[in-house]
Amino acid sequence: MSLENDSTVDERLKEESRVARLMKRPELGAVAGALLVAIFFMFTADGSMFTLSGIMNILSPAAQLGILAIAAALLMIGGEFDLSIGSMVAFAGLVFGFCVVNFDLPLIIAIPITLVFCAGVGAVNGQIVLRTGLPSFIVTLAFLFILRGLSLVGLKAATGGSTQLRGVRDAVAGDPLAPFFSGDAFQGFFQWAASMGWIDTFRSGLPKVPGIPVEIIWFLVLAGVATYVLLKTPAGNWIFAAGGDKTAASNSGVPVRKVKIALFMLTASCAALLAITQVLDAGSTDARRGFMKEFEAIIAAVIGGCLLTGGYGSAIGAFFGSIIFGMVVIGLTYTNIDQDWFQVFLGSMLLLAVIFNNAIRKRVTGER
Amino acid sequence: MSESILHMDNIEKHFGNVIALNGVSFDVKPGECHCLLGDNGAGKSTFIKTMSGVYRPSQGQIYMGGKPVQFGSPRDAMAAGIACVYQDLAMIPLMSVARNFFMGREPTKGKFLWKRFDTEHADEITMTEMKKMGINLRSADQAVGTLSGGERQTVAIARAVYFGAKVLILDEPTSALGVRQTSNVLATIDKVRDQGVGVVFISHNVRHALAVGDRFTVLNRGQTLGTAARGEITSDELQDLMAGGQELAQLEGSLGGTI
Repeated sequence: MSLENDSTVDERLKEESRVARLMKRPELGAVAGALLVAIFFMFTADGSMFTLSGIMNILSPAAQLGILAIAAALLMIGGEFDLSIGSMVAFAGLVFGFCVVNFDLPLIIAIPITLVFCAGVGAVNGQIVLRTGLPSFIVTLAFLFILRGLSLVGLKAATGGSTQLRGVRDAVAGDPLAPFFSGDAFQGFFQWAASMGWIDTFRSGLPKVPGIPVEIIWFLVLAGVATYVLLKTPAGNWIFAAGGDKTAASNSGVPVRKVKIALFMLTASCAALLAITQVLDAGSTDARRGFMKEFEAIIAAVIGGCLLTGGYGSAIGAFFGSIIFGMVVIGLTYTNIDQDWFQVFLGSMLLLAVIFNNAIRKRVTGER
Repeated sequence: MSESILHMDNIEKHFGNVIALNGVSFDVKPGECHCLLGDNGAGKSTFIKTMSGVYRPSQGQIYMGGKPVQFGSPRDAMAAGIACVYQDLAMIPLMSVARNFFMGREPTKGKFLWKRFDTEHADEITMTEMKKMGINLRSADQAVGTLSGGERQTVAIARAVYFGAKVLILDEPTSALGVRQTSNVLATIDKVRDQGVGVVFISHNVRHALAVGDRFTVLNRGQTLGTAARGEITSDELQDLMAGGQELAQLEGSLGGTI
């Protein structure tokens, strides 16, 4: 048909510039914020902050938060909250520690058990939200306390009175799966780079940065997969639709309930993944693990452009939101600034991001 | 005249002891616009919900292409080719036009793990289909929120037609629109009709109905007051039928003929 040839051309409309297009991306705020924060620290912080080891120092907490924040962002785009993910980290740590230490299970069994168990709790969260029609904010707030409490009670039961379960390192020593969840990756490469004189070394000739901490690899992979799913698969379209307007979505044949339950399971699984890497690195689990992380994850997602009302946002945004977090929390230690300014900063960032996002949403929808 | 695609024969619908529909007959032919008029509470909504599979009729039979059918759900009706565009339009303002167009029915390419949303194809189809309806989008990834009410209505209609609607039910498509947008939507209805789709146009605005309608059926208190073809009936007569006769004539007198 002749229509198809010129279907994209309309003489009345100017071609939108690349810049104007980029201005409409939800992650714009987070990328700009990350640049601003980086520039701030270039002027105020010690020069060693931006060396390879400094960057690893920044990325490590960024990754730990980011694993939660990316999942939280997907859930927020799908129109729900999960305030229980911080407690879920402690709870998953308990389940995992219990499997490894008390039952002496190998990682190949302990890790799937932990993931499935936590995903199950996530599914319960989701079912309650969907069946009662209550806001997920309230339901998951209840689980914030329930899971934290269960972690305390469970740890005491497992250890005979302590809120810390030790001995994980001995229990997993030599396990072939351990390198995928703890320690540093690509050590061989870093040693080789050190021997070639490309990266800084200690006197002994060992590289100052032995490798990339595995949680950073997980963080990068998760950000990539989440972005791909959101933008390039039908499931991604369903997530946007479910969060945008669930009635309209289900009238159009989107399986809204399944999408939401799956997202609750995903956030819980990501909390479990984080717990596994933390417990393996620390060699012990603790009932205070993940404390306040639910709020930090939501803040990172919001800085990344997620709307509190759902239906809009991006995983890449949450990625940069987490990097901002890492830069500030670590960057302050390279300056003379009191580190307790961190929380002031976090709160201000949140407020700015929400105001900014609101303005962006109005631009996108053309609301006036 | 061609055979009717959808024929609703003597439909009754009771809710407990309330008789919402009391023997309504109605049919749509391919390529015609059949207007269903009625005041609030006349039973229009109940009737279109019966037509689109939301309710089952208490009495009476629905025929599709001459064969008796029963719809268990809106999905059944959709599969048979009956699409209903409700007033809320089932559109999400923050999502792009293309993403809305294919919501729940995304085209994919690739296999297994690489099975992905074919966004280029979706964008292309959206642009072409909208162009057919006379709307030039800036780009297919424009958010639906930036469109006017009339354009959104047109997206919803274009989507229903693209996905194979034989009968398109439009629930008060012009009720919330301005003059210019109304005429755009009426023009869209005309284009859809030319493609051979049977349009059921629900309205309580006689002027809008007369502008595009081929036939007119008036519902009042759950009953049809007859069907008239274009040219057989005037605006005043339709208005009177909808209001149930006398009272409006009196009202109109006191208001100086403005309704």
